[in-house]
Amino acid sequence: MLRYIVRRLMWVGLVVIIITMLTFLIFYVIPPTDPAISFAGKNQGPEVLALIRKRFGLDQPVYVQYGRFVKHLFLGDEYGWPGFGFSYASQSPIRGELFKRLGITLQLAVGGAIAWLIIGIPIGIVSALKRRSLTDRAAMGFALFGVSAPVFWLGLMALYIFWYRLHLLPGTGYIGFGVSPWQWFTHWIMPWLVLALLFAAFYARMVRGNMIEAMSEDYIRTARAKGLSERRVITRHAMRSSLTPVVTMFGLDFGGLIGGAIVTESVFNLRGLGSWVVDAVFSGDIPIVIAVTMFGAITITLLNLFVDVIYAFLDPRVRYS
Amino acid sequence: MTVEITSPEPDGDTLLSVRDLKVHFDTSDGVVKAVDGVSFDLAKGETLGVVGESGSGKSVSFMTIMGLITRKQAHIEGEVVFRGQNVLDMPADEMRSIRGSGMAMIFQDPISSLHPLYKVGWQIVEAIQAHEEVEKKVAWERAVEALERVGIPNAPQRARQYPHEFSGGMLQRAMIAMALVLNPDLLIADEPTTALDVTVQAQILSLIDRLQQEFRMAVVLVTHDLGVIAEHADNVNVMYAGKLVERGNRDQTYYDSHHPYTWGLLQSISRLDEKQERLRPIKGGPPSLINVPKGCSFHPRCPYRFDPCDKVVPELVEEEFGHSSACHLSIEEKKRIFASEVVVSS
Repeated sequence: MLRYIVRRLMWVGLVVIIITMLTFLIFYVIPPTDPAISFAGKNQGPEVLALIRKRFGLDQPVYVQYGRFVKHLFLGDEYGWPGFGFSYASQSPIRGELFKRLGITLQLAVGGAIAWLIIGIPIGIVSALKRRSLTDRAAMGFALFGVSAPVFWLGLMALYIFWYRLHLLPGTGYIGFGVSPWQWFTHWIMPWLVLALLFAAFYARMVRGNMIEAMSEDYIRTARAKGLSERRVITRHAMRSSLTPVVTMFGLDFGGLIGGAIVTESVFNLRGLGSWVVDAVFSGDIPIVIAVTMFGAITITLLNLFVDVIYAFLDPRVRYS
Repeated sequence: MTVEITSPEPDGDTLLSVRDLKVHFDTSDGVVKAVDGVSFDLAKGETLGVVGESGSGKSVSFMTIMGLITRKQAHIEGEVVFRGQNVLDMPADEMRSIRGSGMAMIFQDPISSLHPLYKVGWQIVEAIQAHEEVEKKVAWERAVEALERVGIPNAPQRARQYPHEFSGGMLQRAMIAMALVLNPDLLIADEPTTALDVTVQAQILSLIDRLQQEFRMAVVLVTHDLGVIAEHADNVNVMYAGKLVERGNRDQTYYDSHHPYTWGLLQSISRLDEKQERLRPIKGGPPSLINVPKGCSFHPRCPYRFDPCDKVVPELVEEEFGHSSACHLSIEEKKRIFASEVVVSS
């Protein structure tokens, strides 16, 4: 197992290297806009642009630029470790801003994930156990709604109803926990729930399917034949098998959110990674794009590894060698 | 059409008494009459063989007796009296406490019948703890003992393994260990060897035989293999389309069978010890349980059918001591046909 983890970690390293190279190539070799122009503005003379290129090393060959980029990444730059460089547009170091925005994205992702697990899993289980009942139909109707409703629409509707009309919840924006824990919480309710709804719907459907399948397994009949209570049959036998695959799904979905829940962040005006990277793509602020891409890639590959390791403990039939 | 049957009782005492049991399922295509009026008695310590094709209702009737099919899933009528109590009218929790400790059941495919994510020993511990307040450590020791008793080598290590680390035969032994760990009075074995290799089948059956002596329990052997029954059963129930069509002791069913369906089953057994050109299967397939043929449900496939067979349902009648059949042929005709046409060697 340990050898497996070490080998997988080496793979993570390789994946990260490949991803940095690809992102670097895409944005440096065929940039959407000239980095020097996005730094200096359009009205500068060629001498100024040349000077900027020289200062940023943009006049050097690609492999030199890439080498410097990797060196900064691993050894840090003048702004600290890891060195992500300097944003052209805001003319400030990326590192501090990245961690600040990561904090917001993490709060969104963790809160949303807790919400969708709390909503999705019980709905799926109850639906499966009361199959074809009114409860089941209502739950699956909800799931269909959740899967089909686009997040931007859902977010705007939620804002319109709960903030603008009913004044039940505050509007967009972010209040730090240190400023006011209660306001921090109320500001998060809508983003969490809106983000959670889509996933809750998927999880409800998945858990329902797994659960129905598990309840028809032979080992459930055996569990009943042993004289176990129905409650124990459901919780210890059926749920044990039907929730194990959820771990895999959850790892992937959660990892995806770290790269930024772009739409949710935009609708609720949360200054997280997602909205940042979208702005950066449009303004040609390449260092930001590279930093966020890298960050997302590393989290996703690490989460994948984590999920695989956990899974080996949850399902004894899985053995890595 | 309740028919009282007096069966030979080896130990004298009746353990299980089933009267006019009906199990009907509502489906979108109509009512499936999976079990349609079955009555029989089972004595303490007796081995009852139950034969019939797939869909004859043999599994369903015993799943109902075990309380694994309940009134929530099916229309159930009749009486199932186990140790003097009608289990069909019992509250679910009381029935649960009998299940696993009073009567236990093992199934066809041991690999899918155990939970893949739990250790085999743990699954036995769970069975013990469902009925007795025992510490986990004590229960674990009993589980290991149970595994030893069914002939699993290295039981303490094996108990800590998962089902996928067992072979099919070893797993069926573990299932038996789990079923018997609370010394039940009745073991229902639903096709216990069908999914296993032929060489393992004999081992499992003789294991059941041995444990039956040891625990003095009654065994119901549900199978479609008459050969299995010939070697292990005291009495035989032959089921067809949800009904009992013949009931007798082993010798009566083998050497003096009274029902054309049983004749068909006997002739479909392949034999290595005598010259036989080809098997003689029963023509046709089992009937739909939604539109059961009128009259005798076997009549469309019966080579001896005559006038009343497609109109009148034959009752299960005891024609000799302990030997009943549901067929319109007279007993003389049955004896004549069996003696002259049905090939069974001793």
